[in-house]
Amino acid sequence: MKIAARFYIAAILAFLYLPILVMMAMGFNESPLYELPFSFSTRWYQALAGNAPLVNSGINSIWIAVATSIIATVLGTMASVALSRRTFRGKTLLQLMLLPPIAIPWLITGTAMLVFFFYSGIGRGLHALLIGHVALAIPYVVLVVGTGFQTVRADLEEAAMSLGSTPVHAFFSITLPLLYPSILGAALFAFAVSLDQFVISYFLATPGFSTLPVQIYSAIRKGFTPEINAISTILLVGSMAVIVIFALFAKPGGVSDKR
Amino acid sequence: MTNVEVRSIAKNYGSVPVLTDISTDFTQGSFTSLLGPSGSGKTTLLRIIAGFIIPDQGNVAIGGNDVTRMPVWARNIGMVFQSYALFPHMTVNENVAFGLARRGIKGEESRKQVERALELVRLPGFGDRKPKQLSGGQQQRVALARAIVTKPSVLLLDEPLSALDRRLRQEMQVELIRIQKESGLTTIFVTHDQEEALTLSDKVAILDRGRIVQIGAPTEVYERPKTRFAAEFLGDTNFLTGTVVAGGIRLANGSTVAVDAPLPATGSEATVAVRPEKIVIRDVARGGKDTDRSNRVSATISSSVYAGTALTYEAAFDGLSFKIFAQNSDARPHSVGDVVELTWSPLHTVPLEAAA
Ligand SMILES: Nc1ncnc2c1ncn2[C@@H]1O[C@H](COP(=O)(O)OP(=O)(O)OP(=O)(O)O)[C@@H](O)[C@H]1O
Ligand SMILES: [Mg+2]
Repeated sequence: MKIAARFYIAAILAFLYLPILVMMAMGFNESPLYELPFSFSTRWYQALAGNAPLVNSGINSIWIAVATSIIATVLGTMASVALSRRTFRGKTLLQLMLLPPIAIPWLITGTAMLVFFFYSGIGRGLHALLIGHVALAIPYVVLVVGTGFQTVRADLEEAAMSLGSTPVHAFFSITLPLLYPSILGAALFAFAVSLDQFVISYFLATPGFSTLPVQIYSAIRKGFTPEINAISTILLVGSMAVIVIFALFAKPGGVSDKR
Repeated sequence: MTNVEVRSIAKNYGSVPVLTDISTDFTQGSFTSLLGPSGSGKTTLLRIIAGFIIPDQGNVAIGGNDVTRMPVWARNIGMVFQSYALFPHMTVNENVAFGLARRGIKGEESRKQVERALELVRLPGFGDRKPKQLSGGQQQRVALARAIVTKPSVLLLDEPLSALDRRLRQEMQVELIRIQKESGLTTIFVTHDQEEALTLSDKVAILDRGRIVQIGAPTEVYERPKTRFAAEFLGDTNFLTGTVVAGGIRLANGSTVAVDAPLPATGSEATVAVRPEKIVIRDVARGGKDTDRSNRVSATISSSVYAGTALTYEAAFDGLSFKIFAQNSDARPHSVGDVVELTWSPLHTVPLEAAA
């Protein structure tokens, strides 16, 4: 039984990571055509350094993901506070309306945004992309932070108020520190949603401004080069580092013991 | 001296009245229990005094100042919650110092006061622990220390002991009284445990469907319940209904029960209450010792429950069933079927107000 379980876990990990490992390895393979035997080379990384569109789009992707993460986390957390701690008319409806965007196919959301942005004069480009990504990430933040709220009992804030805290002070001294692991998790989620985003970015990108997934897609159409493996590897290692740092600072979904 | 005063408090949720015309005073330094069944409005009343709920009508005054519209954080109250509500990300010291910091007390002075409060609740040396590293009883003590360290005008507790097991609960009851007496805080304590209310309080207020039906010292509310509800809620009671005659009531079977208390007008119907432990059983067949309790009815033992130190009997007479608590001091317990005489004093025959 135990052996079977271990084998099962190993199979899942292999299934998830093998393609990625192959990709990373091929970024270091001399041959442009994925030919074996493997011969180590950094030529694709050198080529990447000279490939301005690819590098620029990678930098764009990261900046948009960071900005999306910050904006969506602040707005989403604020929405979550209202939904978890206040009662107001239409709250249930609002709560329900926040969730479908997660399930609506991105192609449809993207088309809707393109049409809307065109008619409203928002147009395309960096600002449009940012608005699109933030709108897309907010429901995830509300979901993750909202779940975190359920672990922070309302009577903690009441206890703080009975001791002399105003509601604002109670929120910042009690609720926010307890919510912090969830908020961090939500920020990470928003970052990933943005970094991953292809469809909406593709619709809203302009010839002069695109993100990495969009750039990779157009590059592949022209012909696949291992430079793509190289930049993908860099991005992957970067994301993994962020996740590891996060895991060290907080247990996702629970109350952090440290601090 | 009155410290907390509530006047004509009313609160509705939608069209449902939760509290109706509550008026009472809480004397400086007294311990008052709000006792009542679930849903009777105890928590609502406590939270109105705390300031978490604004009443639809009426006023709350603390220390002579009307605080009805004053928010919780400005009221200088201390509150202990059923779930303790300790801040999990703070140490015990930080928890207790929280209210002091809100009052501008910091540094050395705060440290000294926290230490004194933890000594008062018998938890010295626990300051650096996190709440999670404490037992339920210890967490409760920290919650108490946190609530009293700020020297609040009133200490409010909402069923603070209900999460503890029986033994710990009794231990904490003793501690709570000690701490309350030492700190001299006006205390309002919500419970639905009648024994706890009687043991702890200077005064017990019995709530029923949003009204205070009786308020008084434990002996008063227990020995002289005003209504059927109050009598039943504070323990077992036998009820007798009959027609008022001079000095007592006449039952349906023609026998008269003497009552040593003012009764309604002669000829009207009245109900009296008799506590089971006030009744003495005289064994007719065995010629048990007669007593001078002038109320006596003959009855047949219909059930007997033996519990070591005491026995609970049920005796039937005239279609009624009487409950009797007896110390296990008779030569031998009565058996089912024994014909006995139940005797009790007119002093223990309490006339009740007609049901509202
Ligand atoms: N926010 C609310 N909205 C609607 N009804 C409420 C609300 N709070 C309390 N009630 C109702 O008010 C009544 C009194 O509630 P309260 O909590 O004061 O009772 P309680 O005496 O403390 O009961 P328990 O012993 O169960 O704690 C109950 O019938 C309850 O359903
Ligand atoms: Mg309650």
